[in-house]
Parts: sequence; C-alpha cells; structure tokens
Amino acid sequence: MQVNHRKYIASIVSLAALLTVAGCHKKKAVPPPPPPPTAAAPAPTAEITVNPTSINAGDSAVLTWKTTNATDISIEGVGQVASSGTMNVKPTESTNYHLIARGDGGSADATARLTVNAPQQQSNLNEQNMDDTLFHQNVHDIFYDYDSYEIRPDAQPTIQQDAAFLNQHPNIKVVIGGYCDERGSTEYNLTLGENRANAAKQALVNAGVSPDRLRTVSYGKEKQFCTDHTEQCWQQNRRAQFNIDR
Amino acid sequence: MNSGRRQSFFSLRCFLFFVAILTFSDLCAQSQDWVRTGTNLGAAKIRLAVANFKPTTTDPETGELKNAFDTTLFNDLSNAGIFDMVSKSMAPPLMPGSPQEINLAQWSAAPSNADMVAFGAIGVNSGKVTVLGYLFDAKNQQSPQILGKQYSDNANVNNVRNIAHRFADEIITRLGGIAGICETKIYYVSTRSGNKEIWVMDYDGENAHQLTHLGTIALSPRVSPDNSRVAFSGLGKNGWSIKMYSLLLNRLVSFPSPGGTTVSPAWSSDGSKLALSTSITGDPEIYTMSGDGTGLHRVTAFHGPDVSPVWNPKTNAQIAWVSGRTGLPQIYIMDADGANVQRMTDGGYATSPAWSPNGQFLAFAWNRKYGPGAPGGQDIYIMDIASRRWTQLTHDSGRCDFPSWSPDSRHIVFQREDGGHSEIWTMLADGTEQHQLSHGGGSNSMPNWSWK
Repeated sequence: MQVNHRKYIASIVSLAALLTVAGCHKKKAVPPPPPPPTAAAPAPTAEITVNPTSINAGDSAVLTWKTTNATDISIEGVGQVASSGTMNVKPTESTNYHLIARGDGGSADATARLTVNAPQQQSNLNEQNMDDTLFHQNVHDIFYDYDSYEIRPDAQPTIQQDAAFLNQHPNIKVVIGGYCDERGSTEYNLTLGENRANAAKQALVNAGVSPDRLRTVSYGKEKQFCTDHTEQCWQQNRRAQFNIDR
Repeated sequence: MNSGRRQSFFSLRCFLFFVAILTFSDLCAQSQDWVRTGTNLGAAKIRLAVANFKPTTTDPETGELKNAFDTTLFNDLSNAGIFDMVSKSMAPPLMPGSPQEINLAQWSAAPSNADMVAFGAIGVNSGKVTVLGYLFDAKNQQSPQILGKQYSDNANVNNVRNIAHRFADEIITRLGGIAGICETKIYYVSTRSGNKEIWVMDYDGENAHQLTHLGTIALSPRVSPDNSRVAFSGLGKNGWSIKMYSLLLNRLVSFPSPGGTTVSPAWSSDGSKLALSTSITGDPEIYTMSGDGTGLHRVTAFHGPDVSPVWNPKTNAQIAWVSGRTGLPQIYIMDADGANVQRMTDGGYATSPAWSPNGQFLAFAWNRKYGPGAPGGQDIYIMDIASRRWTQLTHDSGRCDFPSWSPDSRHIVFQREDGGHSEIWTMLADGTEQHQLSHGGGSNSMPNWSWK
C-alpha cells in the first residue's frame, strides 16, 4: 500500500514535470503567424443586453442577444447559443454575461452586466462595511457646466436620489471629490473643484443630509476620469464624485 | 497697445492717409519700446569678451573643471541679457592667465572689438581648486583693472560652477548696476519620480534635485525670501494644506493648517507674512497669516474661486490675485487689507499673477479668446500696473503658465505645455532669448524663482 502510494505520487510528479517541460517547450515555439484576414468574409457583430440591469436577489432578468455573420456563438457560463435569442436568468450574485461571436470574418464580443443587490436587511447590518459597488449603484456622481460650480437642473433628481439613499443609511460618511477638466490653470482649478464639491455638499444638506457626514476634497485637474481632448471627455471630468469616507 | 491702436485709427479718419501711416508706425515703434523694466534691458549693450581661463596646474582633474568653469561663466554672462558677447572664435589665440599676460590692444581691436575682457587662471592643488578672475576695461590701457577676485574651494564640478556663478555675478553687478542672479535657484514641480514633488535646480537648469517625498501631489512651491523654507500646497488624506519644507533641516517641518482646501501660498518680500487661498467658509477666499502660520486673517469675501495671491514686493501693501467672481478668472489687485479692489484684465481667462520685484509690472498667463471651441492660446503677458498697458511675451508655442520673476526683474521663468507634457523655460522680460531650462524626464511645471 505504502509502495503503491509512493508510486502514485511519483507518477504524478513525473507527469507534472512532463507537462511543465512540454508547456515550457510550447512557449518557446514561435507562434504561427496569424492567418491573413479574408477580405471576403464580413466581420461578425455581437450585441447583448440585460433588462433590468439591476435586480434584487431572487428576482429574474431577461437576457437578449443578437449577432450577425457568426458561425460559433456562445455566452460564457451559458454555453453555445443560437445567433440571436432571449433567455431568463436568475443569478444569485452580480454576473457579467460575455457574448462571443466567431465567424469567418473574425470574432466580436459584447458584455452585459446584471447587478444583484443583496437583501436589504443584510446591507443595513453591514453599513460600516458597505460595498463600494452597492454605494455607487445608489449614489451617483453629478456633472457641471464649463467653468461653473452651479448644480444643473439635470443633476437635481440625482441629488434627490443620492440624498434619499444617504438618509436611509445614516451611518455612512461621504467624501465629495470636486474635479475639473484639463483646461485652464492648475491653482484656479483647485479652487473651482472646491467650489464644485461644496456646491454638491450644500445640495445634499438642503436635501436633508447632515453636513457632519459630508467632507469635501478638491482634485482640481490633478486627476482625470477621461484623458481625450474632447468635450465629451471634458464633461466626464467636470464632476462631483461621491465616495464612502472611511 | 490697445489704446494706441484706437488712437491711430482715430487719426486715420482725421488726417491724410500717409500721415496716419506715419503715426501708426510711430506708435508701433513705441509699443515695442515701452517695456522698460528699469534694468538696462534694451539699453546699449556692453561688448564683453570672456577668455578661456588658463590652467595653472597639470592635475588630471584640471581639464574637466576648467571646461565646466569656462562654459558656466560664458553662459552666465550671456544669459544676463545686458552684454553683447564676443564669440569665443573671435578671441585672440593666446590664453592670458594674469594681468601681465594680457595684450589688451589685441582684444579691443577687430575682430573681437571688446569693451571689456574677463580672464584669469584656474588650478587644482591637493583637492583644492583655486580661481583667479579679472575684469579689464579694454579701452582704458592706463588703469584697466575693474575687478580682481580669488576663489578657493574643494575641487569638484559643482563648486567650480558655483565659483563661475559668483564671478559672473560680480561682473554683472559692476557693469549692470544691479546684483546678478547667477547664484539664484528655481523651485518647481516635477513628476520625474512618478509623483508631483517639489524639486530645485540652479537658475541655469543645472544641478536639479528632488526636495519632497510626499508620495501624493505637491504643487505651487514658493521659497521664502531668506532661502530658509519652501512653502507649497500638498494633498493629504484630508485634502490640501500648506506644507513647509525647511532648507536648513532638509525635511518637512510642521505648519498649522486652517482646514478646507488651502493652496497657493505666497511670501511677502520681508518674509514676515504669507498670503494664501483657503476655503474654511466653504468658499475659497484670500487670507493672510504670519510666516509661522499664526494670525490667520481674511481679506476677500467674493462668491466663487479666489486664489493665487502675490504681494507687491516693493511695498508689501498690495496683493494681486485671481478671482472667478464674474465667471472666467481675471486678475485683480487690492490693498493688503482688502480695500481698493481693481480689476486689471478686461476679459478672457487670466491666471497666475507674478509681481515684478521692482513693483512696476505684473506678469501673468492670459488666454484672451478663451472659451469652449475658441482657438485662443494661453500665453505670458506683462502689464505696467500704473498705465495698465500690456504686452504679450510668448506667441503660438504651447500653453504657457506660471511666470515668475528673477530678483533683478530682467528675466521671467515659466512653464510651457505642449501635448500634455510641460517643461520650464526662461526668457528676458521683453520676451526675447527664450530657452528651455528643465531636462531629464517627467513633466516639469510651476517654477518659482528664488529672491536672491
């Protein structure tokens, strides 16, 4: 028995060694050049959506996908699927549905994320350790006009939702970061970012959140969310960001 | 320049066409001329020759030290902006090491045509370098000597460069009437280590080294007038506060923080006070405090950003700063107690004021056609405070910001950003002789010229 056991281990070790050597050898080998793209075959496309994008544990959501020019279609975790279709899913935790479509013209992929909210009681119990993801699902950043720190009308509903969540979770403290786009001067942007963070703070206070729970930090143009030199990108960078203050 | 153009167009209506043309060209000539910093910039330049110094020892180190000395001395005198330098290729072939060896007639004759000659000798003996430096008036054969100096220090390149700076400053002081700036330093922000930290380099861009190791973000270094401390803005867990680095202890020293976003410190020229921007009230305002951080005193009360204060270094009775109370940032000045607020810029996006040491000018960054989609460039301007006439110093070459004056008011150092990468440049206060100072990697920004 003892001897057998040893033999067993020895064979596993040698097998592992063989595999390792083989593996190493494989890596050394020059990979074959990628096949030249065939101009004739059109590139596949892939689209996947999930509705709703956020559910409570125990609920289900509908996954919808569509592909073109693909012969081999699969969704990770689900397996082979038809070129298009719908499906009910009921995951117990947040899941990324990754659709891969392969065809003669190459491959395409798309991802849909379904967020599963933990049961309400649980989040109340764990307020001190609240998950950042959960926080950001409920407390959204707000955005500003160029060279302005006024809360825009389109940010008011966001502020109301943010305040409602914060009022439901009175033990969370929040740090508000004020951000500016890359244009303009460093020192001036630090104060503009401070004005933005303070405007967001004041809006939350007006919506019933205690000022003792809110802290502001300006990042001016020192940290950017998006680095392209486009208005779309600049808009992303002109914001007040809310984070749990730990 | 503005009003000048308007006048000339007015005269165009009233006078004959050719008269108007004459008037206009005359005004243009004046607008080029009015920038007089009172520092001999633009005056007739003295033609100065600098001989290569004669090696007096055969120590193997001598060659390297002599090269460093010759290069530094020539660049220093050339950078000064008040000399017409004789090219070294025009110097007489002999290397004079002492007053006995110089033939002044050769130097004052063509092709060098020198008014003045700097020359001397350099030697290394048992680890010590000794430099003898002379300045002779080539047009005064009877008693030509203006300066005779001897320097000695441990033999290394940095010390030799320092000796060259000291000798150059003696020459500039004697011939230019104002103390030279060759021994001054430039404090700045560099990302060379990975984070934005405070660095320092010699005024000529050499000898760069890192001061702070905050590991977060350090901005806006401002050295105290006595060169003992550097105040700057540092990001910590609780946001921005004024940090203080001691140049005597070579470490951070504690400094009280009022809370809120506290940035952009500025020393008064006597070192007794700091002006800064802080948002204790929730809105950034200009405050002053003592140099030790006590006695915080609020100066402004305007809605919106108020930042980047600087004192009038001549009087310490006025402060220039940037306010966004009407929208885009503009430059304002006021008395140090907050009275007599005057707006200086008439539009665009104006930031980063720097008050000239002689009190006469503001240098600042201005984008006169600022706005989303507008093609304007951000350039360095200077404005004569009394007349509010301004002139543009940089043109069409990246986004320029953070001008800082040299103590002699003859030079301005600034940051120039091109494609997200920024470097430190210097120029004469009339916008000429622009050249890059910072080298060696990272992004280099926010220069601050030491007071002496």
